[in-house]
Amino acid sequence: MPDREPVRRAPRVLAVASGGGHWVQLLRLRPAFEDCEVTYVTVSAAYRTDIPGESLIVVNDATRWQRFQMGVLALRMLWILVRIRPQLVITTGAAPGYLAVRLGRLFGARCVWIDSIANVEEVSMSGRLAARHAQLFLTQWPQLAREEGPEYRGSVL
Amino acid sequence: MIFVTVGAQMPFDRLVLTVDEWARARGRSDVFAQIGLDGRPPRNIEYTRFLEAAEFKRRIREARVVVAHAGMGTILSALEAGRPILVMPRVGARRETRNDHQLATAQRLRELGRISTAMDEAELVERLDQLDRIAAPDAISPHASGELIGALRDFIRAR
Repeated sequence: MPDREPVRRAPRVLAVASGGGHWVQLLRLRPAFEDCEVTYVTVSAAYRTDIPGESLIVVNDATRWQRFQMGVLALRMLWILVRIRPQLVITTGAAPGYLAVRLGRLFGARCVWIDSIANVEEVSMSGRLAARHAQLFLTQWPQLAREEGPEYRGSVL
Repeated sequence: MIFVTVGAQMPFDRLVLTVDEWARARGRSDVFAQIGLDGRPPRNIEYTRFLEAAEFKRRIREARVVVAHAGMGTILSALEAGRPILVMPRVGARRETRNDHQLATAQRLRELGRISTAMDEAELVERLDQLDRIAAPDAISPHASGELIGALRDFIRAR
């Protein structure tokens, strides 16, 4: 039998962002997902109109002071990860992104944190917490890049 | 129209009411504001508390100028639509947001030539008086920089 090329299926990507600027920034990354099977996770069903025909799951948002909402969000994210089994988690923050990275690691997903372009003087708290669990940790401002991370590799602008 | 927007998360009365008073003093009837669920209603301009995503985009597209807080969702939406945007940052000490990150964001983006800024109410009025002279910028690409897209593609492929 001749050797066959192993069939490479499109990688499964979970693309996660909370609302407003986080979501708009995630949308600007879409050309990077061209050859992927993407599931978007965000906090408002109204964002469906931004990605017609694509798969989107709506979760609740939470701040670090809302422990109950954070717990609910964690359970929902866990369930999403069980169902989708993404090979990659890519997020622009904030709380849903942090949990997706944190929990995604338990399922062996490789994770990317892209800190919001709004964070000009220091990386966000959620970014610093996610950094330990992400294989790629990016800032969008060169002056915030550090030897130990985050790296600067361009921005959404 | 001049489209004033403060985002969905919290009100920003200092912005809305300054524009409101400016519109009264100058007799402007071409101002529409989205003021937030708990925002103090303006008296001289049309307003709504909340806009759905699609309606928000339409308002941006149809605006001659966008006047807003320094939220990245609003700023990027305006730049993508090629609308000029004048930004007044929220201030943490006034409890308009949790910290002063909007001040730095606004300053940096102004230095990059992407937005106009007003750091306080007096400067806002000054800038509002010059609004009609602001030309619309070219719309930015709907996508992130090639460098960032490339970095993500490389990471996705490196399995």
